[in-house]
Amino acid sequence: MAAVTTAETATIVDLATSSISSLNQSLHAPGVGLEHPAWRVLHPGGRHSIACGLNAEVSVDIEGHVGYYCAGMNQHATVTVHGNAGVGVAENLMSGYVRVRGDASQSAGATGHGGLLVIEGNASARCGISMKGIDIVVGGDIGHMSAFMAQAGRLVVCGDAGDALGDSIYEARLYVKGSAKSLGADCVEKPLRPQHLAELTELLAAAGFDEDPAAFRRYGSARALYHFQADKSDAY
Amino acid sequence: MCGIVGLHLIDPELEPHLGELLTGMLGQVVERGPDSAGVAVYGDPRLTPVGRSVVSLLDTDMPAAAVAELVGKALGGAAEAVQADETVVVNAAAEPEALLAVIAESLPDALVIGSGVQLAVLKGVGGPDRLAESFGLASVQGWQAVAHTRMATESAVTAAGSHPFSVGADQCLVHNGSFANHATIRRELRAAGVSFDSENDSEVGARFVAQRLREGCDLEKALRLLCESFDGFYTLLVTTGDSFAVVRDAIACKPAIIAQTDRWVAMASEYRALDTLPGIEDARIFEPEPEEVYLWRR
Repeated sequence: MAAVTTAETATIVDLATSSISSLNQSLHAPGVGLEHPAWRVLHPGGRHSIACGLNAEVSVDIEGHVGYYCAGMNQHATVTVHGNAGVGVAENLMSGYVRVRGDASQSAGATGHGGLLVIEGNASARCGISMKGIDIVVGGDIGHMSAFMAQAGRLVVCGDAGDALGDSIYEARLYVKGSAKSLGADCVEKPLRPQHLAELTELLAAAGFDEDPAAFRRYGSARALYHFQADKSDAY
Repeated sequence: MCGIVGLHLIDPELEPHLGELLTGMLGQVVERGPDSAGVAVYGDPRLTPVGRSVVSLLDTDMPAAAVAELVGKALGGAAEAVQADETVVVNAAAEPEALLAVIAESLPDALVIGSGVQLAVLKGVGGPDRLAESFGLASVQGWQAVAHTRMATESAVTAAGSHPFSVGADQCLVHNGSFANHATIRRELRAAGVSFDSENDSEVGARFVAQRLREGCDLEKALRLLCESFDGFYTLLVTTGDSFAVVRDAIACKPAIIAQTDRWVAMASEYRALDTLPGIEDARIFEPEPEEVYLWRR
């Protein structure tokens, strides 16, 4: 693999000449966090599965647009995409940090268990679908059916949310500064209490966004759907 | 799954490079549809010479030269034909209807896969990279082109089942997804006198659009009506002799990405198919919203 270690100790991998498999294998190598903690990936060209399945404290800067499932399933790692991300960025993230400097396609942060996903631009449909503990902070808008069946974690949106926000939501907490085009089944607006302002302040600071937490509205589950009740069967 | 790429050129200086650009795009969506592929090209001087009518054919059972001779004799004038893998593209100095009528008579078993004055449709079975070579795609010129790589789910892997579906003069439709109610709409269209070449669900979409255009709708209106009538999953790229349009279903789970510069508009299933286009680093890149019709006119 054409990997070059620079004076600043960042290991550079150029995907114009190296394969995704060899990059990911290098990032999975035992002891990678100690021996090569910093990586730069050049010419990603929209390719899939870049920097996936990492399990070490490494930082990976990807210089361009990435394809599907970038940084999926990661633990401990910090991945920054200096461009747009395709479908399922940071899907099933377990821990660590993923930052997309541009826009993200559908299903960003899907099923994530932990860690922080920050999208500076917009995220499209199904952002945070079935999220299970991940925190997602989006600088722009999110598309329709976001936080569908979201179970745990926090989703912060500095712009607007598309149709059917939080449909069939469980216990995730959603904060939207702009408008929500429509709320999905069993998703309702809830009061922004001091503890919510505190966690929102923390999440915005972690994402590096200068927004007034008091300008957001909170949405969550009305808890009318997720225990089956025969007399509500019309609503299922 | 299926892969779609399309390129609508605004800057005429790029027209000699259309095929080269499209070949690069097609190569990036091979994994999305390795079964078969098809291409539609608008304005290639060899396939669709100016001032002549053009018909693209499958199942001619004879080489291009023999097709040209047969059609020319029947027309009482010269016809030319180009072989591109399984496809034969015939052109002649005749009205499009006259050329189609002669072909129906002299080649009754041939399948018309495209007709008009600007459009050539090339289809084949097998790996898209091999087909691109067999079509001579890299040397194709013109102002607009579409390609599709197919992973078949709703009907057989045949050249006839490959996209694009072109069922009206200079019209062309490619589809990623599957229509759920195509049988119902096919029945309705058949009742209205429309005939079909295949059992393919995407052909129903193409016939529906062609029927609405015949009735006087513009392309934007026809695609809005398609959204109202069709159930299922779709990202569609629809082109005509002057337009390039993209529309997605309400759920929008089939991917689509559009990039636009002053020199071109491009659409693809995935960003990586756009990465090699000139000036992509400064392009406006966005995903089309569900049930919004995006249309560019020449």
